Amino acid sequence: MRENNNLKMGIRDGLPICFGYFAVSFAFGIFAVSSGLSILEAVFISAFNLTSAGQLAAVPIIAGGGSFIELALTQLVINARYALMSVSLSQRLGSTVKMRHRFLIAFANTDEIFAVSSSKEAHVGLKYMLGLIVTPFLGWTLGTLVGAAAGNILPDMVVVALQIAIYAMLIAVVVPAAKDNGKVAIAALLAIALSCVFYFVPIFKLIPSGFSIIIIAVGVSALMAIFAPLPDEKAENEEVKKNA
Amino acid sequence: MPEFVPHFFLYLLIMAAATYLVRMVPLVLVKKKITNRFVRSFLYYVPYTVLSAMTFPAIIFSTGNMWSAVAGAAVALVLAYFGRSLLVVAASSAAVVFLTELIFWFVSLGAACA
Repeated sequence: MRENNNLKMGIRDGLPICFGYFAVSFAFGIFAVSSGLSILEAVFISAFNLTSAGQLAAVPIIAGGGSFIELALTQLVINARYALMSVSLSQRLGSTVKMRHRFLIAFANTDEIFAVSSSKEAHVGLKYMLGLIVTPFLGWTLGTLVGAAAGNILPDMVVVALQIAIYAMLIAVVVPAAKDNGKVAIAALLAIALSCVFYFVPIFKLIPSGFSIIIIAVGVSALMAIFAPLPDEKAENEEVKKNA
Repeated sequence: MPEFVPHFFLYLLIMAAATYLVRMVPLVLVKKKITNRFVRSFLYYVPYTVLSAMTFPAIIFSTGNMWSAVAGAAVALVLAYFGRSLLVVAASSAAVVFLTELIFWFVSLGAACA
């Protein structure tokens, strides 16, 4: 398998994530300060966590003096999807990524960084991953600082508009893949349909959204793996040998 | 001295540890190339199912005004379909949301004056 280990290419692919993160963490900074945390506290939370949904859920617990167990459980539930993404990412890392590097890359395995590294044809190498990680990390931390310190300099309308950037980025990863491959399109549409059911049907609202994403992803991916599996590697290799 | 809420650093440690462990344990434990066809196929679909379920319907409620969000999502879908880069898709979507919000604001202003 080819390996993409180009630092510049990683930085280039990371820049849009950096801008998107700046916008979203800007809003997080405003939220944290208005919830009663200090600017420094908001920045610490962003620099050590890199998880938008998890951080939004944590702020009221921390500012309100909630229990440690509640905080830990909330983070585990909301962030459980990352375990699934890490297993998936483990299959995409190239030979330049050594064991010790995995400890670092894991810290920055966010939805968007995972999305971009999965969208590459070739395996991703260490330098590419470092390039991909560095600017989003800075954007996330600096955005929090600016939002917390000077959130009122931007009108609400701008802050609101920037919120959609992250979702738009995820669309930009899924749609081209779905366009090229009908199986991916079916998987994506099934996941969206189920996600709407979980969101709008009252009884499913009892399930925390972090869990519902996992249930949907595991269910639909398993279904697709049964009915539309990838070609068998062994059979393919034998076919190649026969033809040779 | 900067002010901190009570037990802030303990909260921070618990939160960061929970988030990191969830990401780190699978990435470090699964080292080998998985050969099982079902598992390989399953993992192939994971990014698309996770990201799709995260985006819809949440994107519709991401701006506070459903119509501006629908406009932004539609622009993102169309530009992504035509293979535009992440940055172009994200920036155009945000710009359309802003313009839609602006139109709604003018309309509400006009209604208030009338």
